[in-house]
Amino acid sequence: MRKKVVGIPKGLLYHYYHPLWESFFGVLGFEVKISPDTNKKIVNNGIMSAVDEACLPVKVFYGHVLELAEQVDYLFLPRIVSVVEKEYMCPKLLGIPDMLLACLTKPPRVIDTTINLRNSHKQLDQALKEICTIIEVPLKEGLKAWQAAEKRQRQYEMYLQSGNLPPGLTFNPRGIPIAVLGHGYNIYDAYINMGMMEKLHDLGATVWTKEMVAPNIIDNFAGKLPKRMFWTFGKQLLGSGLYYLNNPQVKGMIFVASFGCGPDSMVGDLLERFAHRGNKKPFMFITIDEHSGEAGLMTRLEAFMDMIMRRAG
Amino acid sequence: MKVTFPHMGNLYIVGRGLFESLGVEVVVPPPITKRTLKLGIEHAQEFACLPLKINVGNFIEAAELGADTIVMSGGIGPCRFGYYAQVEREILRDLGYQYEVIVVEPPDTHFSELLQKIKYLSNGKSIWQVARAIHFGWIKARAVDIVEQKVQKVRPREIIKGSADNVYRWALDKIDQAGDIKGVLQVQNQALRDLDDIPQDKDKPVLKIAIVGEIYTILEPFVNLDIEKHLGRLGVEVNRSIYLSEWVNDHLFFGLARMRSTKEARKFAYPYLRHFVGGHGQETVGSTVRYAHEGYQGAIQLAPLTCMPEIVAQSILPVVSEKEFIPTMTIYFDEQSGEAGLLTRLEAFIDLLYRKTDWKKENTK
Repeated sequence: MRKKVVGIPKGLLYHYYHPLWESFFGVLGFEVKISPDTNKKIVNNGIMSAVDEACLPVKVFYGHVLELAEQVDYLFLPRIVSVVEKEYMCPKLLGIPDMLLACLTKPPRVIDTTINLRNSHKQLDQALKEICTIIEVPLKEGLKAWQAAEKRQRQYEMYLQSGNLPPGLTFNPRGIPIAVLGHGYNIYDAYINMGMMEKLHDLGATVWTKEMVAPNIIDNFAGKLPKRMFWTFGKQLLGSGLYYLNNPQVKGMIFVASFGCGPDSMVGDLLERFAHRGNKKPFMFITIDEHSGEAGLMTRLEAFMDMIMRRAG
Repeated sequence: MKVTFPHMGNLYIVGRGLFESLGVEVVVPPPITKRTLKLGIEHAQEFACLPLKINVGNFIEAAELGADTIVMSGGIGPCRFGYYAQVEREILRDLGYQYEVIVVEPPDTHFSELLQKIKYLSNGKSIWQVARAIHFGWIKARAVDIVEQKVQKVRPREIIKGSADNVYRWALDKIDQAGDIKGVLQVQNQALRDLDDIPQDKDKPVLKIAIVGEIYTILEPFVNLDIEKHLGRLGVEVNRSIYLSEWVNDHLFFGLARMRSTKEARKFAYPYLRHFVGGHGQETVGSTVRYAHEGYQGAIQLAPLTCMPEIVAQSILPVVSEKEFIPTMTIYFDEQSGEAGLLTRLEAFIDLLYRKTDWKKENTK
């Protein structure tokens, strides 16, 4: 019998959870089909299908889904509301399955289970049950696959935390440490950010990301704010940002946000204010959308790195 | 302590009534003008949504009048409004303003904290006095809404354009000034009588259009460029998905008062948008469905540019429009919005709806 195919779009939360998702469906004996790296066709399809006001990563995600939709038996489009207690994802991620169902003409079977660990971690059991029902797998096998997948995910997160970039990106440990803060789907998608990481590497920077900071450090620094940050990624950005601002090794900070990103308009502004107060670390706010040009980005990165080099002497 | 709070449509009437009856000195920010907006744009971050920029302008102008304490509501996400107060405090701090910021977080998470804050603000008044002040604010909110809903009905039919708005403006002033419940109700009844007396063309074909979307944008005429007045003059009866008192009921009274609530709107959103997405995204979709059932000829979604929950709703509205047979249009507002452009879009939308409507059938309804 032909293996059933589960399609996972290579956008948004894929950049955080791909080891978990891929190994979960893999262990269960499904063929996992991932959409290709973001390319011009995917971006164009996404721009055509999503509303103009959506942010670039959401548009790109539309493109990835359209790429996969007709080639798979199941489309993995979970509604990830919250992964940490008392925190949320961004509203667009909460609405993404409904947004896409409104756009797809003939969708395959969609795995649009809600994951909401905001009130209790136990909801995960419920969600797993639902997923197993949709893909017609006994719950027992599902749970076993989940455990194996979770282990893979932990290993991957530990790998990043020990100071590594995701595989495929060049890392130069002997450059000038620069914190590059942004959502994973922006900074790890080389098409979206126009190869920013490689460019920084070529300019002599060692890129440090929010994924390299241990969760307890993030919580510790984010906890210094008068009000807890309710977006999970917002909290990670603020916590790791404050940590890097306090770390004398870090010579500068680049904040990468998509145009129209709600959380980043708040988080980025707070970080910029904190950077300007106190020890005055160089801070650059880069906004990307589908109209961003590579030459403009290059000029800004070069200017930033020149300044850092001069300051470092 | 001189308390101030951000503007949002007629909220200042409720705010003033509430704080004054608590014996708190209150500074209502000057009405929003181009200057308010300019101050906001200058000092708030470029990518913030428009309400935040206007809030900042409000607070700067209130500080010029001596305000030193800000009271505003918070939130637990995922709409960015929940973090407004935090960012605004930092902006004001960097500008050198010495504001104390009191954030009233949603009662479902910290009820004791809410009571504590009210107690602090009211200088230790008893629960009974606090409840009475809240009730007074509520009566004012209801009066404003009752008069406004009547105005929305009269506007498209009045023979002399602007008569209903004259009564409306008068009523708002008088409700704001009224010092007791009796006074508020007197103004309310007088205004309703005056509105009835306005000469109207009762046989005129009138379109019914619903305004849905993000609460601040639909409640604040400065931001939406007085869209309701424009629609009224173009011969359209308008109904909004949220009125001030409904917001007060949902947020302060746990929906206890018997009236249209957002919970109901959310039910209608199924199966188009099956989960809440923060802000009023789900209500926008649900209200559009409800208005379609109620026979409205069209719906206009309003939101500040980059509003996340409304982008979700906007992505889904085309399907709602197709399945529920209700034409929809989305209008985003930011500091660049112009009145002429808005009018052109409204006229085009209304022309389309007039042509689409079977007036013979409408008249026999």
